Amino acid sequence: MTKYVDQGKNDTRSGYGAGMTELGRTNPKVVALCADLVGSLKIQPFIDEHPERFFQVGIAEANMMGIAAGLTIGGKIPFASTFANFATGRVYDQIRQSIAYSGKNVKICASHAGITLGEDGATHQILEDIGLMKMLPGMTVINPCDYNQTKAATIAIAEHQGPVYLRFGRPKVANFTPVDQKFEIGKALLLNEGTDVTIIATGHLVWEALIAAENLESEGISAEVVNIHTIKPLDDAAVLKSVKKTGCVVTAEEHNYLGGLGESIARVLATRHPAPQEFVATQDTFGESGTPSQLMEKYGLNNKAIYEAVHRVLKRK
Amino acid sequence: MPTTKELEDLVLQTRRDILRMVHKVNSGHPGGSLGCTEFFIALYHEIMELKEGFDMDGIGEDLFFLSNGHISPVYYSVLARKGYFPIDELNTFRLINSRLQGHPTTHEGLPGVRIASGSLGQGMSVAIGAALSKKLNKDPHLIFSLHGDGELQEGQNWEAIMYAAGNKVDNLISTVDLNGQQIDGATEDVLPMGDLKAKFEAFGWDVLEIEEGNNLEAVIKGMQEAKTRTGKGKPVCVLLRTIMGHGVDFMMHTHAWHGKAPNDEQLAEGLSQNAETLGDY
Repeated sequence: MTKYVDQGKNDTRSGYGAGMTELGRTNPKVVALCADLVGSLKIQPFIDEHPERFFQVGIAEANMMGIAAGLTIGGKIPFASTFANFATGRVYDQIRQSIAYSGKNVKICASHAGITLGEDGATHQILEDIGLMKMLPGMTVINPCDYNQTKAATIAIAEHQGPVYLRFGRPKVANFTPVDQKFEIGKALLLNEGTDVTIIATGHLVWEALIAAENLESEGISAEVVNIHTIKPLDDAAVLKSVKKTGCVVTAEEHNYLGGLGESIARVLATRHPAPQEFVATQDTFGESGTPSQLMEKYGLNNKAIYEAVHRVLKRK
Repeated sequence: MPTTKELEDLVLQTRRDILRMVHKVNSGHPGGSLGCTEFFIALYHEIMELKEGFDMDGIGEDLFFLSNGHISPVYYSVLARKGYFPIDELNTFRLINSRLQGHPTTHEGLPGVRIASGSLGQGMSVAIGAALSKKLNKDPHLIFSLHGDGELQEGQNWEAIMYAAGNKVDNLISTVDLNGQQIDGATEDVLPMGDLKAKFEAFGWDVLEIEEGNNLEAVIKGMQEAKTRTGKGKPVCVLLRTIMGHGVDFMMHTHAWHGKAPNDEQLAEGLSQNAETLGDY
């Protein structure tokens, strides 16, 4: 199996901050907005270097989305950032009308996505955001897996014309993808070739999928691992190619099983190549307070849950 | 500069356009459209500095954002007769495959429109963003926006009002159409909003009032005055007192025609009160 090495745990939100720092230096059209969460979003270096290109809007996310839409008129590329819950559910109609329907080139950058922000509990967690955002016509939805990939994604979306939802998280997690990788929007990454089962994971669950694949290998089960960082537009071809080879799939995401990556994969398979699928995701529930690892364990979002799902799906082949 | 007669002709013709558009499809919002006709004519023909043609970024010209998108009939008529798109296209208002959607949108590529509006309360934030973009681009031109008075019940406005004053967005002139009516009745009965002048001023805006919002001369004078107040550290608010349904006697002083189209007889009556001047579309 392909070996991946953790280069040192880091948070994906810091990858966003590093990407913004680079964009600040390389793309004068990029401007940043934040709703009273600069420290959490790691964008202070951008602000220090380009104070005139930063807009602190205060605790007013609806206004932030509207201002971001307006800034595009005149050629700016606004990166509007806050926690995922406040960047989506709280401002859905502002995003829908002023950004998505209006076709504005706004990058909605959302930290603390999923359940792993931990102790703050369900008011600050969100397990519905992928669904909310992928349903908006024209919205690109990206959920990178580690620090390096988040940094690369941040830089890449500035070059993409149109609204983007970039989702990342709070906890320090394994950083295992290449430094300074090229990020191709909409392109799935084959991390490990296998023949018995396909594991398609996004975000924090990609590393967990690799651990699960290692554990399965020791039992003689060959798992293919695909990193889907772009949930929309989905790389249908990569999904079909892998599942046609392995004959079954486990999807893994830090999101509700309703509306998430798993449902997007199921759509592709149901219409093009029906195959058994198991979902590693939350089961239509809110989260709660706890440490990230406790929550991943309780809500079935870790390598153990993926391993068990593989065994379930193999029985259905 | 157009003559007073030319502007008055435009006002009458725009009112006819509004009535005919909503009558044809038996839907749309004539009340607020009629009430804001003088404002739109003043804005597009006297007040704003506009380039030839249309591009989304609008660098080097004044920009306008309509927040209360339901008064699309007046917006479309004024844009068409200003030359943004063919006047005949007014025939397609609210029809399938039209660029003239029920509420304005950029989605179908209609020249003159820079943001979708309809879901209320979002336009001031967008206008602020465009104003900030102008400042970053060192473009000295102004941003204008229009809002319904009932629309101010949406909380996002107050986020925007707070932001614009706190950040000295002084290249913005936001006008509130104070007609005192909304769908369910008088604003005073639905949700009283108190003293809007005092509220805007308390938030840090420079507020001026146009008492006769259906008097073309008064609107031009008031908006010219508003322009002189820009660039002084405060966003500018214009409280424009209008009469919903102005120019058609049976539509005036009531909320009944907010979102209702006239029947054949009512159309004929309305048109008889607004003589054809520049030719119907």
